[in-house]
Amino acid sequence: MTHPHTHETAVPAEHHHVALPQHRHHFETEEQQREAGSFGMWLFLLTEIMFFGGMFFAYLLYRNWYYDAFVVASNQLSIPLGATNTVILIGSGFFMALGVWAAEVKKKGLLVLFLILTTLLGVAFLGIKGVEYHEKWEKHHIPGAHFDVSEFVNPHAYGLHEEPLSPDMAQKTQIFFFLYFAMTGMHAFHMIIGIVLLFWLTWRAHAGDFSKGYVAPIENFGLYWHFVDIVWLFLFPLLYLINRHPL
Amino acid sequence: MSDKHDAANVTNPEHAEHHIVSPFQYSLVFGTLLLFTGITVGAAYVDMGVLNPIIALGIASFKAVVVILFFMHVKYQSRLIKMTVAAGFFTFLVLITMTLCDYMSRAWGLW
Repeated sequence: MTHPHTHETAVPAEHHHVALPQHRHHFETEEQQREAGSFGMWLFLLTEIMFFGGMFFAYLLYRNWYYDAFVVASNQLSIPLGATNTVILIGSGFFMALGVWAAEVKKKGLLVLFLILTTLLGVAFLGIKGVEYHEKWEKHHIPGAHFDVSEFVNPHAYGLHEEPLSPDMAQKTQIFFFLYFAMTGMHAFHMIIGIVLLFWLTWRAHAGDFSKGYVAPIENFGLYWHFVDIVWLFLFPLLYLINRHPL
Repeated sequence: MSDKHDAANVTNPEHAEHHIVSPFQYSLVFGTLLLFTGITVGAAYVDMGVLNPIIALGIASFKAVVVILFFMHVKYQSRLIKMTVAAGFFTFLVLITMTLCDYMSRAWGLW
């Protein structure tokens, strides 16, 4: 790294190599400012790993404890819907990554387009999630006073090819559904926050804020969005896939 | 060279060049992620006993690493960022392992 050593001592040196208006004076170089930004964003994401990690740990523990209940309850989830949502989310991550690229190569129109596509796929994900939640609501599979275990105690009467659970164990399916709603709900909540931020970023991108070489907000939001994708990459197999019976 | 901005004095963690990942490369990553999503869904319908969760989580971990390296640019970041990311996951692993040791040994043989 070489610095232009052209400035006079009489001039405040800090403001000499500034190329962009967003370069803060307490950073020596723009690179350093960018590095500090990414570093801070990653530290935040690490706290998120610990936060989601706590729920993943609870899942691990209760799955070991009430394995039979977890198998039966997990088979209530729809793999086609879950897989569709996985593809949608990967797609939105792909468009977000392209958005970061568009900002880096200063293509304003493409950046706005990719941010809008990211938003649309995010909304589609939440829509499908809503369909899934609604089905649980109708079947009385939401933990609480109205939870109905009859399907798990007497599955054959409902046309299910599951092992009947004892009434005691059938109650434990509530723990699976509680974790299902807690984990996917917190994931969806992160997506809602992300979509709100996307509206704001799209607005600013449209105003030309990120197409002149200043890409940090887009880049750091990209990290957040990809992190939320990664959480789903683990939720999908854990909740939908690993207890599946061969058909 | 009594310059305040002596380059050697800059507390820059590492002069990582800003690397722009191309749309083509992103497309390859996208294709890989879709492929492995298909594989993991297919594997769920095959009864492999204890291997089912292992394979499912292995594929999920692989996909996560691909996302972190390419979509999240960690492959092209400075060593500081790489170490930060690695340290985070490592710490999480340590916490999980130690807590599991406690829980599992308390209820030995009861699950």
